[in-house]
Amino acid sequence: MNMSLLQQLIIVLAAGVMFSSFAMLRQERLSTAIYTFALQGLFVAMVTALIAASDDLDHLYFSAILVFGLKVLLIPWMLHRQVRRLELDRHRESISHPVLVIMAALGLVVFSYWLVLPLVQSEMQFTRNIVAVSLAVVLIGLLMMVVRAQAVVQVLGFMSIENGLFLAAVSATSGLPLVVELGVAFDVLVAMVLFGVFFFQIRESIDSLNVDRLNRLTERTGDEL
Amino acid sequence: MSITLALQLAEGAIVLALLSALVSFFPATVRRHVAMPLFTLSGLVALVAGLVALINGGVATAQLPLGLPWLPWQVRMDVLSGFFLSIIGVVSFAVGIYAPGYVRGFERGSDSLRALGGFTGLFLAGMMLVVIADDAFMFMVAWELMSLSSYFLVAWHHDHAANRRAAFLYLLMAHVGGLSILLGFGVLASFGGGFTFEAMRGAPLSFGWASVAFVLAFIGFGMKAGLVPLHAWLPEAHPVAPSHISALMSGVMLKVAVYGFIRFVFDLIGTVHWQWGVVVLIFGSLSAVIGVLLALMQNDLKRLLAYSSVENLGIIFVGLGLALLFFAEGHPLIGSLAFVAALYHSVNHALFKGLLFLGAGAILHSANERDLEKMGGLLRRMPWTGLFFLVGSISIAALPPFNGFVSEWLSFQAALQAWNLDGGVLRSFVSIVVSLLALTGALVAATFVKVYGVAFLGQARSRTVRRAHKVPLSMRLGQGILAILCLLLGILPTFFIDLFNAVPREILGHGLSQASAHGWLWLTPISEKTASYSAPLVALILFVILVLGLWLVGRGTRRVRLGDAWNYGHASLTPSMQYTGTAFVQPIRQVYGLLFQINDGVETQQDGRRRYFLQVTDRAWGLLYVPIARWVEWSSRQAVRLQSGSIRIYLAWTLAALLLLLWLEV
Amino acid sequence: MSAWVFTLIQALLYLALAPLLAGWIQKVKARLQNRRGASIWQPYRNLYKLFAKEARMAHTASPVFRAAPYIVFAAIWLAASAIPLLTTDLPTAAMADVIVIAGLLGLSRFFLALAGMDVGTAFGGMGASREVFISALAEPAMLMAVFTLAMTAHTTNLATAVGDLLVSAPFLRPSFLFALIAVVLVVIAETGRIPVDNPSTHLELTMIHEALILEYSGRQLALLEWAAQLKLLLFATLLVNVFLPWGTAQSIHPNAIGIAFVLFVVKIALLGVALAVSETLLAKMRIFRIPVFLNMALLMAFLGLMSHVILEVGA
Repeated sequence: MNMSLLQQLIIVLAAGVMFSSFAMLRQERLSTAIYTFALQGLFVAMVTALIAASDDLDHLYFSAILVFGLKVLLIPWMLHRQVRRLELDRHRESISHPVLVIMAALGLVVFSYWLVLPLVQSEMQFTRNIVAVSLAVVLIGLLMMVVRAQAVVQVLGFMSIENGLFLAAVSATSGLPLVVELGVAFDVLVAMVLFGVFFFQIRESIDSLNVDRLNRLTERTGDEL
Repeated sequence: MSITLALQLAEGAIVLALLSALVSFFPATVRRHVAMPLFTLSGLVALVAGLVALINGGVATAQLPLGLPWLPWQVRMDVLSGFFLSIIGVVSFAVGIYAPGYVRGFERGSDSLRALGGFTGLFLAGMMLVVIADDAFMFMVAWELMSLSSYFLVAWHHDHAANRRAAFLYLLMAHVGGLSILLGFGVLASFGGGFTFEAMRGAPLSFGWASVAFVLAFIGFGMKAGLVPLHAWLPEAHPVAPSHISALMSGVMLKVAVYGFIRFVFDLIGTVHWQWGVVVLIFGSLSAVIGVLLALMQNDLKRLLAYSSVENLGIIFVGLGLALLFFAEGHPLIGSLAFVAALYHSVNHALFKGLLFLGAGAILHSANERDLEKMGGLLRRMPWTGLFFLVGSISIAALPPFNGFVSEWLSFQAALQAWNLDGGVLRSFVSIVVSLLALTGALVAATFVKVYGVAFLGQARSRTVRRAHKVPLSMRLGQGILAILCLLLGILPTFFIDLFNAVPREILGHGLSQASAHGWLWLTPISEKTASYSAPLVALILFVILVLGLWLVGRGTRRVRLGDAWNYGHASLTPSMQYTGTAFVQPIRQVYGLLFQINDGVETQQDGRRRYFLQVTDRAWGLLYVPIARWVEWSSRQAVRLQSGSIRIYLAWTLAALLLLLWLEV
Repeated sequence: MSAWVFTLIQALLYLALAPLLAGWIQKVKARLQNRRGASIWQPYRNLYKLFAKEARMAHTASPVFRAAPYIVFAAIWLAASAIPLLTTDLPTAAMADVIVIAGLLGLSRFFLALAGMDVGTAFGGMGASREVFISALAEPAMLMAVFTLAMTAHTTNLATAVGDLLVSAPFLRPSFLFALIAVVLVVIAETGRIPVDNPSTHLELTMIHEALILEYSGRQLALLEWAAQLKLLLFATLLVNVFLPWGTAQSIHPNAIGIAFVLFVVKIALLGVALAVSETLLAKMRIFRIPVFLNMALLMAFLGLMSHVILEVGA
């Protein structure tokens, strides 16, 4: 392994992104999960900044700052505020079969590695290795939305998907054009606000944030409940 | 001495085994004094034959004056046959010494001792014939001889319906497995143009057909070896046979299945593929983990040992799977390391499982008890059996300096070389297998802490066990031989590895050249820098520290004062206050609960007392066997419709069948 | 030959330092909890006292109970002597690689558990049951971490591995970080520290290790206590010398050994402080939370492996 220390640091941080995905998946406490999400954002921002430093790509510094502001500060802060207003600070959600969920997530990591393998071998650029991690983060985010029932956690899953996509863009193509990034960032922000409104709506109509209760809305099962 | 001599000795051993079967039908006095000595002698001769073959190497063939006119039975002796012949020989030898004392306990029973002796001899002869067979026809005949005679031994205590049921299940599974093996040979024979192994070796096989043959052989031999999920018959059948037969079945017959698999895949097919390695690794590691977890849950000592055989065969197949993987990927050195690990574990398992079954037999003999929950404190009543059983337990728990550790160490070393493999997916796969092996090792240690702690330590939990007595000298001797061998294989691994090394060198064309390159003290399978283990020095230093410690700290002048147990100040300790086996495994049962079908609760008995009950069953029954059984019943119900009773309809079916066949013929 | 002599000296050093580490942790912990605490030499005094006392044994005990302390002590001491403390020029490391060390620790655990079950008290059985339960959970994580390290080190000989790390350039590897976390978690479980077990508890239903040795007294108890302290030092040395090897001498040269000794003491002392802090902050878990704790170790080890496979190879 002939890498500069900077590059090694990037790789460690990328591993940190993967780790925080697992931590989020497994975290039962809502507010801790939000902190974990902020940590993941921090890792992504640092990876971006370091790639900018190692490859001399100035526009990536802006991306890094954008990620930092949005994913580490703003969105976690908004989520925390909403969680407080919904009085969910001390909420714990129990995950059924946590071991199986973690094993599935590990399977996803192996799978995304296997998927990215041809890509990694064709190009010897070291950031390509991170693509597999990003893909894994995307898939784990999706898995999180599947296995977790709590609406706020699902939002976290969604946001971490976005983290994964961003990391993939940064590591594979040295980032998207700034316009696109700004657009995506804005979208995420709007989505966040909309989610916030929806939390209250859902809460008001079904008195819970457990999305499993939403299946009351189907026509078929109406009579069973 | 030459390999031809080894073949002749092997034939002699078979004749002796058959003679011992014959003599069993003579009057009781002759039987008692001749049959078992012949059996023992047969084992000894087989052991010598195997060792001669292993030391000399080479190949010898001969024809027996038996078989079909165009296909006389061919026998062949090479290092692989020799290796497994010596396993058969050494365990049979110890069992032969042990058996007379043990069988005497049955003389007052109603079951026929003639049948027992006769089928025991036939069983041994069958196993030996399997390993020297050189054509598929003789192989299958010998295989069926082995299966059938062991069926009669399983069914020997036929008074209990449960035993008959177990024996029937065994017969059924043995035949399904036999069929699968036969089909596998069929594939090889049709490509190779003959039923001799020589013809099969030259068969030009495409990957697809080779894989078909491999899968058939894996199912057939895996079923005999009790791999998960085809294991369910094994813990039913092995324990119900008399204990010395259980020792032979678990210790030796399962190794014959391993022999068949090695012969079929590594020798007859020849070219291996990494996909096969993955398949074998998956089933091997599953067998190891599920086998040991189920063993841990058992309270019947012999059933527990039988489940533990599932686990050990899993470990052997993990070794073979690694060998397949590394050979296919072009790393013959690591491949032979994994192969030697599998062979080493085969010997080890034969020795310690034989030893443990003989120990269980000794308990059965003197206390008439198989239920762990009723045992306790046996070490004080049967000190020798207790000592030997402890040796067996340490060996099977893969702890240094005994033999189980050596094979575990070799397996780990082979797996840790996975960084040589191309592709991260395979590498991470192997690492999962490694952690499953580690889990297995820890669980085996837990299992045998439970067995030894509950059975031999503590205080007796029932009256019969309190009255247990020593067993005859011959029974102790049989166990002692195996225990000493366990220790020898543990502290002198380089000698034995050099011996076993002939097998991969001659069968696979590559051996471990470096294993003892640094002298007999140092075991260095790959290179000195990669890993080394000096079993003699570890054993020696452990011994020296022990002696020094005893001398410095525990000198005789400072006696230990005996008194009541402290027990945290709670007075009057009774045997029922001890942890039971069920309680011991409760945490593990809870954590791995998904793998078992647990049925527990509190029931109120007729006298109004409330009682906790717990039943842990193997999930394989519900997931595999019951559905298959239902399907068979369903399809036979469908077939019953044909049986209408009217003869003309039968004739109509016959006509239809005839027409169909004629049409197909055109 | 001089290497063997030094190995013997190092093995004796293990014996000598083991109680000190225990005393140091106790002292730091006491200070963190605003107590003055006993002197850091207290463990030596305890051992001395116990060795001088008469041993007492239940009459229901068997020879296994009598032999167990010696076997446990011998196995742990031998395992410790194969771990580089000051120098990588260590013949015992070739005798027993990391898997043999794990095996020897397994041997000690096996006999400790048997001794617990021997007298026939409920406490002993409970301790044995929990001890094997925890080891069954810890072992896969440990081996997975070893596997991860062996992927880069290409050896299981600890002295060789540490020597290789010493000559290579400074590095930062995600796989090492994850493996480090995994090993730390496993070590906490294996040495019976908070939050898995509490070494200073004698509360009836929470103890694990203490329950096993409840029936021992006098010199037998002294040996077992010493063995437990030795095991702690063994794991601490393993952690600091594999993950922070810098300073370890590569030959038996007086200067190098001197530097190695000073650095080793500093590293171990810092580790002791870290352990004391974590034990002060954390509460003991109930027994069925331990699987979660150790599954985390397994997950860490596996993530280490995955990041090795994905991120470190082919770059």
